[in-house]
Amino acid sequence: MLLIKCPWCGDRDEHEFSYGGEAHIVRPRDPEKLTDDQWADYLFMRKNPKGAHLERWVHAHGCRRWFNVERDTVTHAITAVYKMNEKPPRSSKT
Amino acid sequence: MNNKPSKYSIVSLVRNALNYHQNWQEAWRSPEPKKEYDVIIVGAGGHGLATAYYLAKEHGVTDIAVLEKGWLGGGNTGRNTTIIRSNYLWDESAAIYEHALKLYEGLSQELNYNIMLSQRGVLNLAHNLHDLRELSRRVNAIRLNGVDSEILTTEQVKAMVPIMNTSPHSRYPVLGASLQRRGGTARHDAVAWGFARGADARGVDIIQNCEVTGIKRNGAGVEGVQTSRGFIKAKKIGVVAAGHSSVLADMVGLRLPIESHPLQALVSEPIKPVLDTVVMSAAVHVYVSQSDKGELVIGAGIDSYNSYAQRGSFQVVQHQIGALLELFPIFSRLRMLRQWGGIVDVCPDASPIISKTPIKGLYFNCGWGTGGFKTTPGSGWVFAHTIAQDRPHRLNEPYNLERFSTAYLIDEHGAAAVAH
Amino acid sequence: MSQQTYRLAVGGHIDRTRPLSFDFNGKRYGGYVGDTLASALLANGVHLVGRSYKYHRPRGVLSAGSEEPNALVQHGTGGATDPNFRATQVELYDELVAASQNCWPSVSFDLGAVNSLFSRVLPAGFYYKTFMWPKAFWKYYEYVIRRAAGLGRAPDAPDPAYYDNMHVHCEVLVVGGGVTGLAAALSAARADARVILADEQCEFGGGLLGAGEQIDGMSTDEWVAQAVAELASMKQVTLLPRSTVIGYFDHNFLTIAERIQDHLGPMGTPDKARQRLWKVRAKQVVLATGAHERPMVFKNNDRPGIMLASAAQTYVNRFAVKPGNNVVFFTNNDSAYGAALTLAEAGIKVAAVLDVRAQPTGRLATKVRDRGIEILGRHAIAAAMGKKRVSAVEVMMLNESADRLIGTARKIACDLVCMSAGWSPAVHLFSQSRGKLKYDANRSCFVPGDSVQAERSAGAANGTFSLAACIVEGHEAGLAAATDAGYNKNASVPKAPVRQEIEEAPVDPLWLVPAKAGEHTNKHFVDFQNDVTAADVVLAAREGYRSVEHLKRYTTMGMGTDQGKTSNVNALAIFGQVLGSDIPDVGTTTFRPPYTPVTFGVLVGRDVGELADPVRRTPMHQWHESKGAKFEDVGQWRRPWYYPLPGESMQDAVNRECLATRKAIGILDASTLGKIDIRGPHAAEFLDRIYTNGWKKLAIGRCRYGVMCGEDGMVFDDGVTARLGENHYWMTTTTGNAARVLAWLEEWLQTEWPELKVYCNSMTEHWATASVAGPLARKLVAKLTSDIDFDPDNFPFMSCREGAVAGIPARVFRISFTGELSFEINVRSSCGRALWNTLMTVGEQYGITPFGTEAMHVLRAEKGFIIAGQETDGTVTPIDLGLEPMVSKRKDFIGKRSLSRPDTQREDRKQLVGLLPVDAREVLPEGSQIVEKVDDKPPVPMIGHVTSSYYSAYLERSIALALIKRGRSRHGETVQVPLEDKVVPAKISAPQFYDPEGVRING
Repeated sequence: MLLIKCPWCGDRDEHEFSYGGEAHIVRPRDPEKLTDDQWADYLFMRKNPKGAHLERWVHAHGCRRWFNVERDTVTHAITAVYKMNEKPPRSSKT
Repeated sequence: MNNKPSKYSIVSLVRNALNYHQNWQEAWRSPEPKKEYDVIIVGAGGHGLATAYYLAKEHGVTDIAVLEKGWLGGGNTGRNTTIIRSNYLWDESAAIYEHALKLYEGLSQELNYNIMLSQRGVLNLAHNLHDLRELSRRVNAIRLNGVDSEILTTEQVKAMVPIMNTSPHSRYPVLGASLQRRGGTARHDAVAWGFARGADARGVDIIQNCEVTGIKRNGAGVEGVQTSRGFIKAKKIGVVAAGHSSVLADMVGLRLPIESHPLQALVSEPIKPVLDTVVMSAAVHVYVSQSDKGELVIGAGIDSYNSYAQRGSFQVVQHQIGALLELFPIFSRLRMLRQWGGIVDVCPDASPIISKTPIKGLYFNCGWGTGGFKTTPGSGWVFAHTIAQDRPHRLNEPYNLERFSTAYLIDEHGAAAVAH
Repeated sequence: MSQQTYRLAVGGHIDRTRPLSFDFNGKRYGGYVGDTLASALLANGVHLVGRSYKYHRPRGVLSAGSEEPNALVQHGTGGATDPNFRATQVELYDELVAASQNCWPSVSFDLGAVNSLFSRVLPAGFYYKTFMWPKAFWKYYEYVIRRAAGLGRAPDAPDPAYYDNMHVHCEVLVVGGGVTGLAAALSAARADARVILADEQCEFGGGLLGAGEQIDGMSTDEWVAQAVAELASMKQVTLLPRSTVIGYFDHNFLTIAERIQDHLGPMGTPDKARQRLWKVRAKQVVLATGAHERPMVFKNNDRPGIMLASAAQTYVNRFAVKPGNNVVFFTNNDSAYGAALTLAEAGIKVAAVLDVRAQPTGRLATKVRDRGIEILGRHAIAAAMGKKRVSAVEVMMLNESADRLIGTARKIACDLVCMSAGWSPAVHLFSQSRGKLKYDANRSCFVPGDSVQAERSAGAANGTFSLAACIVEGHEAGLAAATDAGYNKNASVPKAPVRQEIEEAPVDPLWLVPAKAGEHTNKHFVDFQNDVTAADVVLAAREGYRSVEHLKRYTTMGMGTDQGKTSNVNALAIFGQVLGSDIPDVGTTTFRPPYTPVTFGVLVGRDVGELADPVRRTPMHQWHESKGAKFEDVGQWRRPWYYPLPGESMQDAVNRECLATRKAIGILDASTLGKIDIRGPHAAEFLDRIYTNGWKKLAIGRCRYGVMCGEDGMVFDDGVTARLGENHYWMTTTTGNAARVLAWLEEWLQTEWPELKVYCNSMTEHWATASVAGPLARKLVAKLTSDIDFDPDNFPFMSCREGAVAGIPARVFRISFTGELSFEINVRSSCGRALWNTLMTVGEQYGITPFGTEAMHVLRAEKGFIIAGQETDGTVTPIDLGLEPMVSKRKDFIGKRSLSRPDTQREDRKQLVGLLPVDAREVLPEGSQIVEKVDDKPPVPMIGHVTSSYYSAYLERSIALALIKRGRSRHGETVQVPLEDKVVPAKISAPQFYDPEGVRING
């Protein structure tokens, strides 16, 4: 069970959180102008890296705030936690 | 090249017993990789080995290497809960899963390797009116597709599985169930080993401990793969590397609609038979059967986060067992013997991709989610066709990559449990 | 009762003043408090305890701990029985009942042992090679195999016990309470760290309990008692005996299974949990898990009376039991000499010590020799004799390279064989923590490599076997762990205990005693429980199963209830020999949780039965119950389904409820609908993006129906949202989706549109809702309300007002899900029942009738209103549902782009229609599939399915809603609905059957 440091509440068990998938996927400003392929890319295509992954979590059973996490998908080590409006840590390759 | 294997039978067993089993041949060779093959299959799981087997048997392509980064059958093939069924809602799914089940029904004899197909029925439980409605929709569709399926009342379920708590006061009362009698289980390792032995006998090189580290492109096509044991040439490459599909796709800049997640399972200590049927409950996320060894084989849910770790979080298992005990109160004092995890490729519509790619000669078979084992022969069969003919078979035509743009999805999530 | 003829007169940790009696295989025996079932059986001279899994060979007690593969018993009876309990871990209590497993009719005469006769035809994996012909016969073969397999029996009734879970944090978790663990716990606790010390045994001391050595001039017993007393006196220390650390997960999360009262009998004390699961988040972990002694692999090494040397020593020292009268030792290391001395001092005749090493020179060996005990260097047991108890061993010399037996065999009579093939550190938890093992060739064992998590191994678990070194290592590990956890670096360092070092000679691995010339290793057992022999291991390698995982799976080696604790290293060493690989290259199989099997019940704790999943009930629930309502589960909610009067069938009740609502007045408890309070200056903009239709022009006090889609364009939820104020909205959702919709709104607000000032809060449980529907609804509500003007012009359809209904502050919405004039009255939850009571009392004169969800379904279906999740399944767009007018062309919204993809624009999509069976009495089952024409040859093309179907009492006929390909253009056409025993023709219609003009909405 992961130990996740909510930026507002501190270290909490994973079961207080919900996972929100890959971070930094920005909703296109004008979807109608996109091709079907471009829209599919936004909707479905994911990086799914083996290693450092920038991802979103929400403290669902706590403060209900969303935030970003950099987590290794092999070791599950969490290397950074940052708020929605913040940039990913420089260490990150993504 | 044909490698004549020892024929397996009770006669050969007795004959070999006389000399203390010293004359059994290898079930498969452990060859050094050649410099070039007609076809390279990446991943020696059940699907990859079946692909190689059917390429050789059905399409006469025998110059094949199956490359495996670990040991054959060591991925999800050896980590699933061994359930086999074909009771799927949509026509496209019914067709391919039923094709697989039919192949399974003759597979022990075909491969001369007992995969212990045990068709003792798969029950899917309904716990509320919504479940019942969905169950009925599913059973009706399945039957019209020519696949066996029936609906059982609570009493019929109780008669089949007397140890189940079917009390109306249970937290998850059993209002009914669907039953596919031809569903059941098969010995997962044996499926991989049988296909490996069969493919090897037809000349396929199965190369273990050989990790693909790069895929070399050549204009619009492919030239071969970089591996931990050197470069191997091939003009056709089929990738069947569940869990790691995105990693392989990334080698050629291909983006896939796939996320890798842990899927956990566990077994109890072996006990004398108490459960003859496979019992599944989508609503409470439990599936359980009892193996021939006597262990209860229990599937847990998918962990929510992306992972390549073959391990998940404890609370997922805990939650699963809670639901299990509600259905089977007598299991409370039994004990969990072993838990483990696999990495499943999850597609947005919970259906696989068995497809050509924009790169000529590169084929992907992935995204099986939790449903891979039950299609092993069917998946290999259509993928072999796709690679040999360079076009999909009718059965896997819908499972292309383009569907994510056209929206022709095959949504097998089952309806969400929602109602007013 | 049989006498404890093998009990020593003095010594041990048993309490001779508290005798116990117990029943094993129907026979009465005696023992003492402090015994395990195994020690008590041995005290009574019982060695034959069970039968093996495959060949049903007689088996006895191998070990004295949790690694036991053989001595498995069925413990207790009825609903409180436990299969596969290890007799070596079952603490004896008065009137304990246990029996051997996997044997019939008895453990002494077991018919299953016939398998043993055929053992030559049943090598590893034999079942893959046969039972294939004739094809249809596998199920009969399997029937027999299944009944032969399995070990103990499941209980036949629900578990009478209950279980607990406990969450706890600590700085240092010390796993294992042997000398290393005690030293670690002491040093960490003295540094003021919060320490948990967990040990699987009932008393601390670990291996010391059997060792009988000296520490610091004290006996080990005294040393342990002193350490435990100090730890017990410190408030920052939690001592957990009978507690097995079973799992080591990510981020230093560990689970401990504590057996609170298993030792008190199957029922224990009823007011206490039977077992408790501790879920520990530890800053640092010290793994002091000790080591397992390995058995020697020789012919018939599985006979009862053959046990591990350390186990025999433990039975003497801790339990005051002589495991035999005449013992032969067989070892490749010095530790067995300590055991030999212990046994000799207890008066057991040591016939000989066989040592693989040519010149055993260690101090202990010298002591043994000095006692006049014969030591035979470079000798091995070629075979054991005796069947249900070892009676003698055949001893031969090993050649120089130890791969052949030479010379003539000598037979030594004995009733006990003690063996030691070296020690394997218990690296299971380290491995679970993701640490990689490394092989230590000098000590012939796998030891922990680099730590991956905040963890350190110490003592025997780290390959350090001498007592003195263990104390020092434990002490240092505990202190370092406390320091790393941020605790006092200047803690007073206790003086290192002094102990005279015993000079030990190195172990000399002998993984397999060679078979005698002309013989085979098919009776040399490697994995006792699963009957895997050395020959099986060789066969697997020969057949190409060259990965250690293949070996495990092909032979089932290490897959028993002991998970190969004593057998794994032997097996992979033999495997390596066959493959010509070094042991580290062979590698190990993965160690998986749990360390030892753990009760399902304790994993779940209290989350069973009532607490398995919370049931949600509305404030009016008791009223419904008192009226005999039948309930249905909707999500976690329990909603009234229908209210049958005495003698009424469900259909009668539903008909009555529907007609009352259509003709007079009905009342529905709608409290379960999701209610979300939405506020903020950008709320209208936000709703515009979430819903398919426009929201910016909605006036204060007005309501609007909205549909929301996922980004894939598929309908996700629907409901009415009202505008209560300038920047204040009230959204309703479907019952099952309330939490999901709130999460959905929050996700978009926080992650995509943080610039929108909008705040959402769940109100579902803060408000109770009574929905009053029917032509007389206005009369009733107006009668109870003085501050709301119910004039239809002043309170039009799709608007809302605030006021006091029955004197209770309320929000009243004039909306309708039934098609009738209808008011949804929302009051504070605490007033829900009062409101309901008043409505029922005052409504009596109007014939008010409570209706449940079934009648609600009928009424809304008559109107063609959809239910998200019933008419939709995640593949249906708003356009499919005929809601095109609600899909804005002027603005973007979530999912809009997806509606213009090729497949969502296909003309043959399934569309919502009405379906009227030609026979008006025929109610189609929901979920029926629809076809053009019936063809008896599958696959039959399906064009849609029935989503909702009811008998409408008002219309006096059956009605249904369906999704049918091109359905909207096919009104009036007839399609076929194949059922189990017939085919029902039905006519496609518009999906409105009642009052399509909507005039009833005004009463």
